[in-house]
Amino acid sequence: MTCDEARIMLHALLDGELDAGHAREVEAHIASCPDCAAEFAAQREMKRVLAETNLRYTAPASLRSRIEASLPKPQPQPTRRSVLRGFAMGSAVSALAATGVVAVVLRQDDQQRILSEIVSAHLRSLQAGHLIDVVSTDQHTVKPWFNGKLDVAPPVIDLTAQGFTLVGGRLDYIDARAIGAVVYKRRQHVINLFVAQTSSTEHRPPKTQTMQGFNCRRWGERGLNFWAVSDIGADELAEFVDKFGAAMKVNVEG
Amino acid sequence: MPATDDVQKAQRFREAALPYLDDVYTLARYLLRDASDAEDAVQECYLRALKHFDSYRGPAMKPWLFAILRNVCNAEYARRASRPSAIEDAPGAAEQTPIWQEGEASPETQVLHSRDASVVRKLIDALAEPFKETFVLREINNLSYREIAETVGAPVGTVMSRLARARAMLRAAWTAEEEHSR
Repeated sequence: MTCDEARIMLHALLDGELDAGHAREVEAHIASCPDCAAEFAAQREMKRVLAETNLRYTAPASLRSRIEASLPKPQPQPTRRSVLRGFAMGSAVSALAATGVVAVVLRQDDQQRILSEIVSAHLRSLQAGHLIDVVSTDQHTVKPWFNGKLDVAPPVIDLTAQGFTLVGGRLDYIDARAIGAVVYKRRQHVINLFVAQTSSTEHRPPKTQTMQGFNCRRWGERGLNFWAVSDIGADELAEFVDKFGAAMKVNVEG
Repeated sequence: MPATDDVQKAQRFREAALPYLDDVYTLARYLLRDASDAEDAVQECYLRALKHFDSYRGPAMKPWLFAILRNVCNAEYARRASRPSAIEDAPGAAEQTPIWQEGEASPETQVLHSRDASVVRKLIDALAEPFKETFVLREINNLSYREIAETVGAPVGTVMSRLARARAMLRAAWTAEEEHSR
């Protein structure tokens, strides 16, 4: 192999694009040619530095929405997914006025179905070995664990000092989507806090519902929907949600 | 209300193509060196891609979008009458120059220091075509040599020599920049 060839091939070697035979040839040349060895080392170094540099651009949100707007769209109608994402009875009110009574019934059915899935997920989690994927009482361990597993990492807040012990996190499936569950304990009672992304950023005040003897308190804020489920009393669950909300406020504004 | 077929097609297109928006935009920024031109080119690229989505047979969505974007950018360069066409497939004089030059200009292995991303982006912006696009497709958009070859319509051997030259030029420019700013 000549130096001219090696100066080209060494890049393919760096990029892992050579088969074993060619890779050996290039390596053999580099081993016997100090000039090409120096070039190889220099290029490897540059590749390493480049890999540590953020060279990508992020498309502006306005561009994304312009492209979205140019795509043919279905008539707005409540879908199962939009209930989870939107969870937006508030913003849906105006849509309801347009789509009529049928939509109201659909929507409430869907809300009920989501609640029932949440309670089922809570029940599943209570079965042996299903409660926690990552065991930790440290929020700085639990939060990074979610990264890369979900579109949005749920806020993980340690409330031990407030009487609710963080015990870990788990991936769960609600409405055919992976969502995060943060697990707390109050005495021996488990509280699952399910967190899903929503397109609505409006604040939705907490509301408690009961199903199969479990209390579920749900609310929405900062682009996230929350469902806290437990067998503890409604007032204790409300206390949990209040303390979580206050701590989150401090975290965000802190 | 659009026909159901169109809506379903748009939905499939949305799921297949929109995840690569940042990749396409990144390539457009490097090819056109202008944020608002890049936005226009990317939007045009997605419009054309949707139009031809029926004939898309894969395998990979990303190189397919890049090939469309490249055509859009070429048209944009043709429109910028004052500037020379930046992307051409015929090997120019620059490509035939041996790649030795830059390497020998600094024979000792000089250590490059990490620089601000904005500095490195400018160095890449200054690379001549068709070396720049080959470099960006490989190093920033992470295409394989074969995917690059398909995207730019050149043999893999050409891709390899362009990439070698792009990196030699970048390293020379980087070294010069470090000495300059010292």
